[in-house]
Amino acid sequence: MGWGPFQYGVQPEAASAHAPYYDALFITITLLLLLFTVGTVAAIIYFVTKYRRGTKVDRKNVITHHTGLELIWMGVPLVLALGMFAWSARNFISVRTMPDPAESTEIFCIGKKWMWHFQHMNGVRENNELTVVVGQPVKITMISQDVLHALYLPEMRAQYHVVPGRYTDLQFTPTKPGKYKILCAMHCGTQHSEMVGQLYVLTPTEYAEWLEKGGNRYKTKPTTVAEAGKQIWEEKQCANCHTGVDNPRAPSLAGIFGKERVFTDGTKRKADRDYIRESIKMPHNMITKGYENTMPVYGGTITEPQVLALIEYIKTLTPSTGDFERQDIVNSIPGTNRDNSNVDVANQGQSAGNAQFRSAEDKR
Amino acid sequence: MSATLIDNATAEQPRNDRNYLNADHTLKSWLLTVDHKRIGILYLIAVTIFFFIGAVAAAMIRYELTSPHGILLSSEVYNKTFSAHGIYMVFQFLVVAIPAVLGNFLIPLMIGARDMAFPRLNLLSWYMFMTGGLLITLSFILGGVDAGWTFYVPLSTLSETQISLCLVGIFITGFSSIFTAVNFIATIHKMRAPGMTWYRLPLYIWSHYSTAIVILLGTPVVAITLFLVVVERGFGFGIFSPELGGDPVLFQHLFWFYSHPAVYIMILPAFGVISEIITCFSRRPIFGYKFIAYSSLAIAFLGFLVWGHHMFLSSQSVLQGLIFSIITWILAVPSAIKVFNWTTTMYKGSIHFSTPMLYALGFMGLFLIGGLTGLHLASIDTDVHLTGTYFIVAHFHYVMVGGTIMGYLGGIHFWFPKMFGRTYSEMWGRISAMIVFVGFNLTFFPQFIVGYLGMPRRYHYYYFAPEWQFYHILSTAGSTVLGIGFLLPGIYLTYAIFKGKKAGPNPWGAKGLEWEQAGSPPITENFEKPVLVLEDPYNYNPEEDSKMYEHEVESADMLGGRK
Repeated sequence: MGWGPFQYGVQPEAASAHAPYYDALFITITLLLLLFTVGTVAAIIYFVTKYRRGTKVDRKNVITHHTGLELIWMGVPLVLALGMFAWSARNFISVRTMPDPAESTEIFCIGKKWMWHFQHMNGVRENNELTVVVGQPVKITMISQDVLHALYLPEMRAQYHVVPGRYTDLQFTPTKPGKYKILCAMHCGTQHSEMVGQLYVLTPTEYAEWLEKGGNRYKTKPTTVAEAGKQIWEEKQCANCHTGVDNPRAPSLAGIFGKERVFTDGTKRKADRDYIRESIKMPHNMITKGYENTMPVYGGTITEPQVLALIEYIKTLTPSTGDFERQDIVNSIPGTNRDNSNVDVANQGQSAGNAQFRSAEDKR
Repeated sequence: MSATLIDNATAEQPRNDRNYLNADHTLKSWLLTVDHKRIGILYLIAVTIFFFIGAVAAAMIRYELTSPHGILLSSEVYNKTFSAHGIYMVFQFLVVAIPAVLGNFLIPLMIGARDMAFPRLNLLSWYMFMTGGLLITLSFILGGVDAGWTFYVPLSTLSETQISLCLVGIFITGFSSIFTAVNFIATIHKMRAPGMTWYRLPLYIWSHYSTAIVILLGTPVVAITLFLVVVERGFGFGIFSPELGGDPVLFQHLFWFYSHPAVYIMILPAFGVISEIITCFSRRPIFGYKFIAYSSLAIAFLGFLVWGHHMFLSSQSVLQGLIFSIITWILAVPSAIKVFNWTTTMYKGSIHFSTPMLYALGFMGLFLIGGLTGLHLASIDTDVHLTGTYFIVAHFHYVMVGGTIMGYLGGIHFWFPKMFGRTYSEMWGRISAMIVFVGFNLTFFPQFIVGYLGMPRRYHYYYFAPEWQFYHILSTAGSTVLGIGFLLPGIYLTYAIFKGKKAGPNPWGAKGLEWEQAGSPPITENFEKPVLVLEDPYNYNPEEDSKMYEHEVESADMLGGRK
């Protein structure tokens, strides 16, 4: 091991409580296979060498049946087979016994062409990603929205079909923090092989942090005040109305800092910090000419540090940013679908992810 | 099976030059023939073409998988390619290859009959087979099928590809199988020559008898099931789709009720071929005749009780799973019996490594691995991680390619002089048998590893695990070698049909009515004189074996000198 392609070994990583028991059984059956194969092949080689045509050996009194011998080589495999069956049955029953709800995390999974949705009980929803805590049993209740799928977690040695029209379930207890594969092991149509994702097994601390971020691991810690402002801009979804250019709902905020604003009552004011702060906290005080009084009041829901940061971000806006920002976040990470907010932009993310993958393909 | 051993060198050839091949040369005489031997040859041509289509699809799959991102095909075309590979190989090649080609040709010859019980039905079954094959081909010309050979619902009921046409083709092919099976059972029961008692039948006949029972009981079920898919697609009857009130898991039960026994339809005839070859080239009677014969019947019976082992994770109950698992474990025993008996047959034999024997020895090794890796899957717990991965792909290719195709090629090489009255080059035969063995292992062994690592089957891309590429490249390299191993017999056997040296009636010095009492090739009526059987099968004597077989002498001549 450790050389070239073999550095990954010939065995998948074992990261669940069941995996070591699984591997022990797998290896035992493999050894039995070797025992029978090597034994039989050795006998064949011995016979074909010793009794090949022309050798001077005793060929008299050829026997054509021997019931005792037949019974031995029926009996021994039969006993071995029943023994192995019992072992395997015990393993299977334990793996199909769902954990006590009080001591486990329950997660819902919906399979559809061609992605996985996971719904946590705390409201967090993930697409093609599943985040769980190490050491905590997980029970997944699954259903398909269209055709058959199979949720397959190779490192957990867990798999079960996801069937339309009925709920199925699967359980595992992750034992090793890390990033693992989520695969679909049932042919489900064109993009079957792209119905893949990641299973994140986190330590309790990491999990708490992840939860704090609302289940969004792609939210980074801001390094400048403007970046912090950008996160608030996205969280409050300012760009829903304030787009890169003026639109019927709201004026663009790109480049307004320091400019003169004209209001519906005919008064004017320079857009400085005080103006922007007041427009966020009490927008109805000054309505820009040509617009309705539609902006919500943020006075009681936004803190002063947040307002400061927002102002710094607004200063950086250009006509090419603004509403396009949200889309960029969805697209920013290639390969899989990244929107972990509670807004369902699954389909959007899906097509964006595929578009990225295709363009990577075209470049080759 | 005659009273006396016919000496190889002085074997009498009815030299009047009349045989089934030259009885008539018109195309009509071939297309309207009711001679079981000619129908066997028609099947040989047909399955060779279908095998070629399936093999081209396999080559495309292997080429595509050398890169984690795919190379040439879109995912849609890739799915259609593996569907074509599976559909052609399973329905148009593996299920029919040995029974329809070698079975049709040899069953009447081996039991001392002039023809099948129902010669016209036999011809009809070839036409049904061709009609099915042409409809399947048409469905691929018109755009293809993307649901895989298993046609799992609701994928197959929702798919907008040519599923219905393809299923109608398979339905018709299925009835061709049923006709063949009816014919085999009736022929074996009613047409045996005087003295050919059940326990004097070659084991080849026992295998085909067991196969015919499985075909007869299983095929109607899958035919109706696939037809129900067509009905659901065409008329919206809610049989399998949950939106219409149907049950997708019901389809799996019905499908595997046939398709698991179908595995035995493919492998049992190969067992028969191996029993014939091993005895002939060990020059001694088979060991444990009755155990081998009854193990075929036991496999045919138990084979019907294990279909649920394809469905351990399908949402069937744990108890159901356990029952199917334990029967599957027990089913391993009759298969093991055969291998042990064949091995023991070589004890005190006089073994000769002719081309058919090399295929038979290869078969035993590969079938051992194929059969024993079946235990990883029969074991209900280990199946959880392996089902739906390349481990399964490797397992059933070891059984289907390593078993059935090795048996088929061994059989073709063994009975080639009988079928065409000519000998092929032993040297090329041996070389290509070894190429097939090496290429086969190189192709499919890496798939066990990549499957255990978690590579799902039917995946077009694996960019999320580029470390699997190494195994895929090994496998593709192996498939190239395997392809050469399949192409070579195509060349030298075709050459031998037209230019090979004339063979005597019994070039291997083998036992059996087809060798001892019929010419090479046989006449249309099979036997010049009425046949009477007075002996047990495989009445070889290893101590009397010293001469070179005629087959070797002649092919050695062909190569420009005796060894």
